[in-house]
Amino acid sequence: MARKIGVYVCHCGSNIAGKVDCENVAAFAGNLKDVAVSRDYQFMCSDPGQEMIINDIHRYGLDRVVVASCSPRLHEKTFQKACARAGLNPYLMQHCCIREHCSWTTADPEEATAKARHIVEAAVERVGEHRELFSREVEVLPDVMVVGAGIAGIQAALDIAKSGHKVHLIEKSPSIGGHMAQFDKTFPTLDCAACISTPKMVAVSQEPNINLLTWSEVEEVTGFVGNYTVTVLRKPRYVNEAVCTGCGACLEKCPTKAFSEFNEGLGFRKAIYRNSPQAVPSTPVIDGSVCKKITKDKCGICATICPTGAIDYEMKERREVFHVGSIVLATGYDAMDPTPIREYGFGKYDEVYTALQFERLNNAVGPTEGRIVMKNGQKPESVAIIHCVGSRDKNYHEYCSRTCCMYALKYDHLIKDKVGHDTKVYNFYIDMRCFGKGYEEFYKRVQDEGVTFIRGRPAEIVQEDGKLVVVGEDTLLGMNIRLPVDMVILCTAMEPRKDTTEVARIFGVAQGQDGFILEEHPKLGPVSTATDGVFLAGTCQGPKDIPDAVSHASGGAAQAIALAAKGTVSISPTTSWINPDVCVGCRVCVGLCAYSAIEFDERRNIAVINEAMCKGCGSCAGYCPSGAAQIKHFNETQIFNEIDGLLGMIPDWLPPVEEPESEPVKIPVQIDQPEERA
Amino acid sequence: MSQEFEPTILAFVCNWCTYTAADLAGTSRMVQQPNLRLVRMMCTGMVDPKYIVKSLLSGADGVLVSGCHPGDCHYINGNYKARRRVKLLNEILPQFGIERERVKLTWVGASEGNEFAATVNNFINEIRELGPMDARSMAVV
Repeated sequence: MARKIGVYVCHCGSNIAGKVDCENVAAFAGNLKDVAVSRDYQFMCSDPGQEMIINDIHRYGLDRVVVASCSPRLHEKTFQKACARAGLNPYLMQHCCIREHCSWTTADPEEATAKARHIVEAAVERVGEHRELFSREVEVLPDVMVVGAGIAGIQAALDIAKSGHKVHLIEKSPSIGGHMAQFDKTFPTLDCAACISTPKMVAVSQEPNINLLTWSEVEEVTGFVGNYTVTVLRKPRYVNEAVCTGCGACLEKCPTKAFSEFNEGLGFRKAIYRNSPQAVPSTPVIDGSVCKKITKDKCGICATICPTGAIDYEMKERREVFHVGSIVLATGYDAMDPTPIREYGFGKYDEVYTALQFERLNNAVGPTEGRIVMKNGQKPESVAIIHCVGSRDKNYHEYCSRTCCMYALKYDHLIKDKVGHDTKVYNFYIDMRCFGKGYEEFYKRVQDEGVTFIRGRPAEIVQEDGKLVVVGEDTLLGMNIRLPVDMVILCTAMEPRKDTTEVARIFGVAQGQDGFILEEHPKLGPVSTATDGVFLAGTCQGPKDIPDAVSHASGGAAQAIALAAKGTVSISPTTSWINPDVCVGCRVCVGLCAYSAIEFDERRNIAVINEAMCKGCGSCAGYCPSGAAQIKHFNETQIFNEIDGLLGMIPDWLPPVEEPESEPVKIPVQIDQPEERA
Repeated sequence: MSQEFEPTILAFVCNWCTYTAADLAGTSRMVQQPNLRLVRMMCTGMVDPKYIVKSLLSGADGVLVSGCHPGDCHYINGNYKARRRVKLLNEILPQFGIERERVKLTWVGASEGNEFAATVNNFINEIRELGPMDARSMAVV
């Protein structure tokens, strides 16, 4: 049947019109079949642009709309809503992209215009086959899950709990606080990290709306936005949290030692341990890989000491299942291990420390009780701090880790303050990036304290006469330098956690080129992901300092609360549909469906789609041998039309016809006379 | 082979990875040759081999199918299904006189705008080198 199609070509200021002759494209579209009206306009997404579509729908009775502008990932919803306001079903609109894939990437204006014409023609061809579709509303479960209880996860959980929704906060380690719990001071205010984070940690433990699960990991996530089912593995703690009072008597007597992960390997902990005296929860955990009772069934001292009988060596791992409406990922970052950077000698020389190790040296409950001393117990007389170790380095990570400049300045100050103002401190930097509130002022202050800044990345660190010699070049002076110091601190990069790939798989999110979890949009969707109902908080999305991580987390929490507060979410109708008259019952689609959304109806001998579970991925439609399975809005006819449109103007390439060399041969033509019937 | 031959190429790309990468390549103004046109699919697992054949018979000299890297599929495993289908299609294309090189499957992640631009330009060059598709003028459809 004849359609009435309206075509709208956007100039996008000069973004499109600078390359594509929009008037030409609109004129071309006007001559296409079934096109009733075709216009070009400065900014289609503006209010007047949308009004133009709405007025035309009313005036000309348009039943299909094509908008050629930017990527549908940006403005498809804008134009769908405009159509809906005019009373036209939003799925009768086709948004095609002549900016990102055409005007911005094509050098030649004529070629760009030709390409835009093809793109518009394909959309016009396709839109005629669009059908009315209606979104479904599904209920959103009120609870939210937050994964990871560093400062970002804590902030997100507290924000969501404040709104009255229940939060399940899952943390892999035995206590919450993440990396921030390891820090001593925070830049630029020099607030004590514990003083500002422990109140939040305590608030988490006391908040009735937060169900805190430490020493636990998410194993499996199923379902869809508003209705996720999450299986959480509770690792055995061997200490009963419900009975333990956190008195710490067991920690005193345990005879087994292991390297302390919390102290970055600088000190020892017992087989039964807790990360710090302020740990939340205060319940210790037994390291099953070293505890003599668990590995060899010898010892068992802690059980005899424990006044409440909380120790349970027989504890087994268990699984708990939660039903939540949305998930906030706050899985954090890893500090890079600088061992592969052999030239800096980490692990080879005693006095080369990573930044996190130095944080622990500073910390009053760290291995040296807060004294900055070398392994021999002496105070260092000179310290070199090397910036950008593993960051801004194409052999490791190309990105800038954002925090290193500032924590290096913090160390400068702490060394001057704690070791003495006569201590020589040298910073080897590439660029100083002090971008935050009060950061530049702090930089100025540290400079005034008499710290030396040397511009240039050191080549190597060697040991000579009991000193570490930093070999490098001062690029501002243009001179090579050899600088003997007592201690070297490596400002290691923030990198994605080692298990990010696994996390991304479990939650169905993608990773960016740098390995961090990919947000929906780098500018305008920094807390949401391509998976509806899964939001991000903190450094799992990219390197951040504490203020940025906290505000990012509040953003993620706001998204989760918005979803829970509304109570319903509309599910896209672009699901699969199996034509019962065509389906032959081969059942291949049943096995192909990744979501178990296809059931087999034995009575009618056909496959049936369960629309509540179907996500519209098209695995079934891509295979179906009888063509019975079709994705709504991406069906066979629509795609075929789109292909026709894209290729519509291309004459088949044929080899040139060669000139005949001789006279053409005349072939006598016989005309058969019809035989007369006897 | 004629120097004037300019190939026409269709690309079936997944909305979540390669289409996003194409957007990023555009936003980053990474210049590409204009011979390739995108068909946005929700997933490469949606790409029925008949779409590829139809494109080749309707005037495309090459078809690119591009989706998420293995393990990154937004729909769990749609890209694996695409990989199997393209592999099988590649097996039978030569029987119809169509060179295998005309159908290509690549993985381009959402953040790989530069990778997308390079993939597009390389594929266009490969097809230009390969020349026009003879099979189309001989095919009886």
